[in-house]
Amino acid sequence: MNSWIDADLVLITLTSLVLLGASRLGTTIRMVALQGVLLSPLPLLLAGDAGITLRAAGLAVATVLIKGIGFPWLMDRAVRGGSLRRELDPRLGYNASLLAGVLLLAVAFLLSSRLPLPPGEGTPLVLPAALFNILAGMFVIASRRQAITQVLGYLVLENGIYVFGVGIASHQPLLVELGILLDVFAAVFVMGIVIFHMGRELDHIDTGRMTLLNDWEKE
Amino acid sequence: MIGALIIVPALAGALCFGLRNNRARRALLVAAAAAHAALAAAAWRGSPAPTLYDWLALDDLGRLFLGITSLLFLVAAVYAVGYLAREKGRAAGDRGEDFLFRNIPEAVFTGCLLLFLSAMTLVITSRHLGLLWAGVEATTLASAPLIHFHRHRRSLEATWKYLVLCSLGIAVALLGSFFLSVALRETSSSSSLVLDDLLRRAPAADVPWLRAAFICLLVGYGTKMGLAPLHSWLPDAHSEAPSVVSALLSGALLNCAFLAILRVLQVCLAAGQGEFARDLLLGFGLFSMATAAVFLVRQPDFKRLLAYSSVEHMGLLAVGVGLGGLGNYGALLHAVSHSLTKGMLFLVAGNILAAYQTKAAGGVRGLLRGLPASGILWTAGLFAIAGSPPFGTFLSEFTLVRAALEQGRPVVAGAMLLLLAVIFAGMSRTMLAMSHGEAATKHPAESFLAVAPPAVLAALALLLGLFIPPPLETTLRLAARALGVPL
Repeated sequence: MNSWIDADLVLITLTSLVLLGASRLGTTIRMVALQGVLLSPLPLLLAGDAGITLRAAGLAVATVLIKGIGFPWLMDRAVRGGSLRRELDPRLGYNASLLAGVLLLAVAFLLSSRLPLPPGEGTPLVLPAALFNILAGMFVIASRRQAITQVLGYLVLENGIYVFGVGIASHQPLLVELGILLDVFAAVFVMGIVIFHMGRELDHIDTGRMTLLNDWEKE
Repeated sequence: MIGALIIVPALAGALCFGLRNNRARRALLVAAAAAHAALAAAAWRGSPAPTLYDWLALDDLGRLFLGITSLLFLVAAVYAVGYLAREKGRAAGDRGEDFLFRNIPEAVFTGCLLLFLSAMTLVITSRHLGLLWAGVEATTLASAPLIHFHRHRRSLEATWKYLVLCSLGIAVALLGSFFLSVALRETSSSSSLVLDDLLRRAPAADVPWLRAAFICLLVGYGTKMGLAPLHSWLPDAHSEAPSVVSALLSGALLNCAFLAILRVLQVCLAAGQGEFARDLLLGFGLFSMATAAVFLVRQPDFKRLLAYSSVEHMGLLAVGVGLGGLGNYGALLHAVSHSLTKGMLFLVAGNILAAYQTKAAGGVRGLLRGLPASGILWTAGLFAIAGSPPFGTFLSEFTLVRAALEQGRPVVAGAMLLLLAVIFAGMSRTMLAMSHGEAATKHPAESFLAVAPPAVLAALALLLGLFIPPPLETTLRLAARALGVPL
């Protein structure tokens, strides 16, 4: 069982790396979708000897529906709805982003060596994979200018937390896990609406050009 | 009972989206707020039974914050009726810009306002940290459309900042919650996030994980609470939102985030990591006060002025619980008096904004003559928020300074006094200039609904300085005891 979990975690990590180096919005959205699908078997695989419970199955189905289909669909609509540029325009170049991604991976391994896990919880790869996704998501939010890419970064971050939640801090009641999933879904939905308004009223969704609010008197 | 506290506003909120009549909707808003207040009052008298697998319960801390939130919401709901009527009759342009307001539909506004109350109640009553997290995130989502009320490009910018920063912060808090369940796992296969389980297991906590959890949770919920340097959404959201929403954000929402941090602090105290947690809180608190002081002096926008003052007061709360002992009591008392005072000031700011059509402090002169009632409240509010006697804030700030001195920390006490003095000077310069002078134009008489709600809050803030009602005093002491050393 463990080798399947590790393979899945490696694939999830790879999608984040591809996403960091992606130059087109379409690729980024597709990577987030793929990541959502890859996340879904984790609750089943990690159920381990206990056998597959209803809770794990329910969570897996909800994950595919929300993370694999729901989010990408919402993002795709936001791209088609507003007349957005399909090319990304990051503050940092793609190659530099990819390099930063590798550095973040190293940081994730370093951090997880500092926080020893109790024996018998998940596999050794769960913590670094989770931390890497969290760091990569933060990096995307900080380094990209378009509002929609920031939402995609938020999703990558949320996926990292999901890996941690399912992999290590498991055994939360289903109600709580579903509540968390639904909350994230609602968050992305509201962000999508705001992006839609931005596209209509500002003719751009470039957060770097949002400078109306500040503390100093205007000339 | 606890279920009803959450469900009543949620149902009323959902109903608001369906109602077609504005009058019926406003009546529903006030009725739901009154029902919530009545339930909260009943919860104060009795001790309501826990529900939903004991995930929802009301302890002394929860009772205190439920009381503040419910009272403030009721007052704000009454004010909102007048506000919405005024907004409806006005299609005025934003001065200086060729741009018409096209407010979001009133159904969305009232609906979200009630859902916001429901989410805050969930945060206050939740004993399960996962559910608490879901509640805090729900407050963000319910309040985002409220900030976007005017559909101006500035409000859009503020809403985006609010959504992204708070969601990011809350995501870190979720990670922290998971860390906590790892730190306090019972056996390798069971972990629970129910507060009572966590407190029971705390003495056997895994210290590195617990510390990591506290840092993540403090940063996460601290973003929502507006602790510097995580506060950058706060001035924008408070200045762009309608004043009644700003009053709720400052007076109720920030408190809810503070309560979330207190819950985690309880776990750290039980685990014997109190000193680590308190030192972090003290550091964040003093830094918040210093940051607020820098931005309060010569602040040109009077709503941002009030927003930065909220950063300052959240800093004071963090310093209070950071000190512990008498500081706990001081911080909780301060949370009450700050909510009343800041709620009042934001409502008055709404009246000023409506009359003068500008948020620039330089554009407002002669309040005391032009808008006598609001002018008097504004001036009184300045002294109340700055912590002068005889207002409630004086009593709580005095308690906080005394706590620092009693613990032999004169540096902390000195820093607090210095920052409070700078902030008082900075705020009074701006706010007194607005009150005095000649009114440039004639303003129509102020309506009852615009003046009475802030006046009620002002009276309560004054009362708190002269006499603390015994039930409140008891609850404050019991709640402070939950945070460590009994008084």
